[in-house]
Amino acid sequence: MTEVLSEQVGRGSHSGALLEVEDLHVEFRTRAGVAKAVNGVTYSVDAGETLAVLGESGSGKSVTAQTIMGILDMPPGKITGGEIRFRGVDLLKLPEDQRRKIRGEGISMVFQDALSALNPVFPVGWQIAEMFRMHRGTSRAEARKKAIELMDRVRIPAAKDRVNDFPHQFSGGMRQRIMIAMAIALDPEILIADEPTTALDVTVQAQIMGLLAELQRDSNMGLILITHDLGVVADVADKIAVMYGGRIVENAPVHDLYKNPAHPYSKGLLESIPRVDHKGQELYAIKGLPPNLLEMPTGCAFHPRCPYRRDNCVTDVPPLYAISGTRGSACHYWREVIDEGER
Amino acid sequence: MSDPTATQDLIKGADEPAASPVAVRDNQRSLWRDTWDILKRRKIFWISLVMLVVFLLMAAFPSLFTHKDPEYATLAKSMELPSSDAWFGYDLQGRDVWARTIYGARTSIIVGVLATLATVLLGGLTGVVAAYFGRWLDAIISRVGEMFLGLPYVLGAIIILGTIAPAQSNPGKVTIMAVVIIVLALLGWPILMRIARSAVIQAKHQDYVQAARALGAGPMRIIFKHLLPNSLAPILVYSTITIGSFIGAEATLSLLGIGLRSPVISWGIAIADHKDYLRTGPHAMFFPAAFLSLCVLTFVMLGEAVRDALDPKLR
Repeated sequence: MTEVLSEQVGRGSHSGALLEVEDLHVEFRTRAGVAKAVNGVTYSVDAGETLAVLGESGSGKSVTAQTIMGILDMPPGKITGGEIRFRGVDLLKLPEDQRRKIRGEGISMVFQDALSALNPVFPVGWQIAEMFRMHRGTSRAEARKKAIELMDRVRIPAAKDRVNDFPHQFSGGMRQRIMIAMAIALDPEILIADEPTTALDVTVQAQIMGLLAELQRDSNMGLILITHDLGVVADVADKIAVMYGGRIVENAPVHDLYKNPAHPYSKGLLESIPRVDHKGQELYAIKGLPPNLLEMPTGCAFHPRCPYRRDNCVTDVPPLYAISGTRGSACHYWREVIDEGER
Repeated sequence: MSDPTATQDLIKGADEPAASPVAVRDNQRSLWRDTWDILKRRKIFWISLVMLVVFLLMAAFPSLFTHKDPEYATLAKSMELPSSDAWFGYDLQGRDVWARTIYGARTSIIVGVLATLATVLLGGLTGVVAAYFGRWLDAIISRVGEMFLGLPYVLGAIIILGTIAPAQSNPGKVTIMAVVIIVLALLGWPILMRIARSAVIQAKHQDYVQAARALGAGPMRIIFKHLLPNSLAPILVYSTITIGSFIGAEATLSLLGIGLRSPVISWGIAIADHKDYLRTGPHAMFFPAAFLSLCVLTFVMLGEAVRDALDPKLR
């Protein structure tokens, strides 16, 4: 922890969770108009907790993550409201040089495609060692030793021999392990994994998820797992936030949501997972297309695709109705959705 | 994960066939290693490399090639044809053409290399700055570059050289060369700026730059560790070719009487001094001109060989 972090962020006197995103609004100003990518997202992660953020492309899940990291391209992006509190301090109000120190050390990130997220002209060991040299000023030899230790920790076989290899000499799963090694190098308190397994084979996906879960247990990190794949998160996540059209439409402890979703969209997602016991039947698909961010539907963004739609869905934006202390659904008719699930 | 090591070995094994045999044997594969592997199989690369070494030796140690003094003049021997005594004959002032051609290599190569270096520094720096910071800074740098690019080369050189080093003045060797180098760089930087700018813009949008930012890298680190190393190839190729064309440009300016001039010894000056005697004594102009062409050719060939080797589409 650098001095800045301990002074600015490290008092530990705040009462909320380790990382809290509150009512975040982000839009993109394009030639075609203003695209509202994130419209009032609120979620929080505590140490040792795993939050899965679920949603399809364009739902705003990655933009939220980029905003937390402070790597959103501005312009065209613009944060129009909200707060991101890390240990109680609003990151959006911190000057850039202090935010930079938090990146990698306080909050870190794993990217989707590790091949393109690793610099092709440097050996992987050099790139991991660079984390120590950059943030801690560690000596070259010492940093290299730590890089090998980290490669061992993410279970790269024969780490000592492979430390001088280049990213393209590794398989996809190994590359993602290296990316993870870089991200956890400085023991961050929060790790954001943006679709970490999407570019990988199914068998390798399970290994990477297992590795992430294990690293999280060992170091008590808060983990934000961004994905569009419900199957990936079931075993790993503690709670789930389902995003649609830049909003959170349902948040729930993971088992509650799997057992009985409270929003038509989450329900649709669950029903569209292929299941062995439904073999031979047509696979369910949510009808229609994701919303156009330039022209969001009025009222509930999901209403054009929703089987539960009534007249007021077209006009009234549903708030996030509290179902219980830990659960919420942004559907006017969430009771109906839940009741149907219980029948 | 029941037995991680076993599965991982399997994964590693499955990955190997995709890589070329070179990768299996050679652990240090990289862009530069690949380039070298291709280069060393190319005849044109070795030919230009040998020629380059010869020219560089000539420039560094002219006395290895001749024991004669290029300044020593015997007017009685003016325009004497080549003989066993003087392989390239004598020039108008009765000086040994072979010796003057050898000594001319140094000036031409120094001017070519230094002008290219200045161009790369100026053009590369402005290009990286324009691409990385973008917006108004990019607009200003790009427009200024276009203004310089709009100046016809020779016209621009005549105006600048005519102003800062008029023909009547009598500057020393170093000053004359410095002025010519500065003019060449001043008129040549916009092309390199554009090459560097487009290469950096391309690299800037790669995921690894965003990943580096997410892991806490600052602008300087991103520029020097991520953007520059990944945009070096096109800059390098163009620089090699530029050395050749600057040597030619220097000769052009000298021929016009506005570039280098006595007491500097250069191929361009030799050509200029003897252009009126082409019919009576062609040797005095032919040999420097031939060396000039060969030297330009060397750098251009080397540049093309490197470019071909760096171009993944030709692999």
